[in-house]
Amino acid sequence: MKPITIDSPTPRNGKTGALSRLWRTPSLLAGSIMLAVLVLLAVLIPLISPYDPTKQDLSAFLQPPSAEHWLGTDQLGRDLFTRLIYAARTDLTIMVLAEIIPFCVGVFLGMIAGYYGKWLDTVISLITDTFIAFPFYLIVIIVAFASGAGQRGIYITFILVGWIVFARVTRGLTASFRRQEWVASARTLGLPGVRIMLRHILPNVLPQAIVVLMTDMVGLLVAIVTLGYLGIGITPPTPDWGTMIFDGQPFITTAWWLSAVPGFAVVYTGIALSLVGDGLADLWRKK
Amino acid sequence: MIRSGRTLTKSAGTASYRWLATAVLRAAAVILLVMTAVFFLIRIVPGDPAKMILGEYSTPEAIARMRHTLGLDLPLWEQFVRFVKTLFTQGDTGNSIIAGTSTRELIAERAPVTLLLIGMACIAAIVIALLLATLAATQKDKLLDHLIRIFPTVTLGMPIFWVGLLLILVFSVRLRWFPVGGIGEGWAGTLHSLALPAITVAFSQIPTLIRSLRVQMLEVLESDFVVTLKAAGIPGRVILFKHVVRNAALPTLMLLGVNISYLIGGTLVVEQVFGIKGIGSLLFTSISNRDFPVIQGIALYCAIGVVIVSLLIEILSWWLDPRTKGTS
Repeated sequence: MKPITIDSPTPRNGKTGALSRLWRTPSLLAGSIMLAVLVLLAVLIPLISPYDPTKQDLSAFLQPPSAEHWLGTDQLGRDLFTRLIYAARTDLTIMVLAEIIPFCVGVFLGMIAGYYGKWLDTVISLITDTFIAFPFYLIVIIVAFASGAGQRGIYITFILVGWIVFARVTRGLTASFRRQEWVASARTLGLPGVRIMLRHILPNVLPQAIVVLMTDMVGLLVAIVTLGYLGIGITPPTPDWGTMIFDGQPFITTAWWLSAVPGFAVVYTGIALSLVGDGLADLWRKK
Repeated sequence: MIRSGRTLTKSAGTASYRWLATAVLRAAAVILLVMTAVFFLIRIVPGDPAKMILGEYSTPEAIARMRHTLGLDLPLWEQFVRFVKTLFTQGDTGNSIIAGTSTRELIAERAPVTLLLIGMACIAAIVIALLLATLAATQKDKLLDHLIRIFPTVTLGMPIFWVGLLLILVFSVRLRWFPVGGIGEGWAGTLHSLALPAITVAFSQIPTLIRSLRVQMLEVLESDFVVTLKAAGIPGRVILFKHVVRNAALPTLMLLGVNISYLIGGTLVVEQVFGIKGIGSLLFTSISNRDFPVIQGIALYCAIGVVIVSLLIEILSWWLDPRTKGTS
């Protein structure tokens, strides 16, 4: 990887350049389309569906899929498709918001650990080792429970544990850049460490960190859903894929789709995000 | 580490012992930090644990008494000294608030079934991953290879409990091969009822294993010695099982060891889906009872287990591969 130079020649038709690059990276294109469809549905759902995601209609419970109810209704007579898309709103919003602080903190800590090395690096990597020793789901479950069910618990949990992945990736990259000539020459020029990190190292570690972010978001989404399923995540009646799967479990013999469909929604989102991640990795490698 | 040629042999020996000592010391330091983290676990939480245990409408006197029982009325450093003392004298995080018995005994009672489940999951993961990776590597760039390579992308976003539910739906409800949940009678019954949960736990590990196994196998398959064996007229199947698969089995086991933390976490969740009374169900009962000492105990024992397994894996790979000696 080369450092980004100030006067990098940008093609005059920059926009079409980006577009044609998108076309040449099929996984990025496919992933972006899949995500766009989901986000569009989530935004437009009040216009698409005449149903309320939380209003119960006990006269219409456990109906199989039909023209009125595309995916049938649940045990409380709520339209499954409507709930599924409203749940996408809840889960995807939390997924994105809960990654912001861990991403920034992780990249920052990883960069200073990798750049300054020595005792700072030892301290930071001892802390990450300690966190990693706790099984992810164990710590997520305990912290989420202790900080109270609901969205607040989820945010606190991921602020505590989410930064580690990013710290590890950026630390390794920064340490390898540090040994390269262009950092060494910047240092001999007498540039301060902060400036070298922000202007020269950060632009080079960000792409890799963003690729990791995509995979990490899949893991985070699965964790949000798992907490919902275990009853310590999003609390009913707010629609969430995890609680939907849990609610459908008693009907697995008669109406299996109640639990299966929300799971497929998670898998769909997961595939979309991984494709975007793979695509971005390809794109930046080609460049 | 670069050393001068003359002293290479001798100093490489010292360096490798130094490496071993550093690895063990580092693990010990992490275990101490883990203990500290477990101590602070219930103290960083917003709200008063005593109040959480007794409920919103408890009297101030009852809360004061509970704080005294938990030792929360002492200054923080004294609480920590007490905590470390119990830890080193009894190997424990105190008595359960609900059962009154020692946390260590409660965990020891539930541990066998969880450990058995983890063991079975490891075996299932290795067998399935080896099988699929062998198929992919031998059919390189054919349809099957592509399908198996898509597998990790698809399974990355699968919640493990949901996979368990689907397996129950197919294999227990429809095909009736396995019980829907719980633990069967006797050894055979236990193994039979743990088979589906074990496959569920294994499922989360298989994609990672396949990814690295396939690459490794392709390397071996295209290596000189396999080409020589082929030229010598040894049948492909013999080469595959005697050399390629055998070479790949140990790295797979080690990769599982690296991921032990995820394996344990997955097991705790899967136990809930299948109604297995192991550490996972103890954790959730303790959570709904607000039984803090037990929750701390489970966190502590799991984390120490992870640190020890990781250290063993590190030592094993160092011992097996002399090239890594003195580095890392």
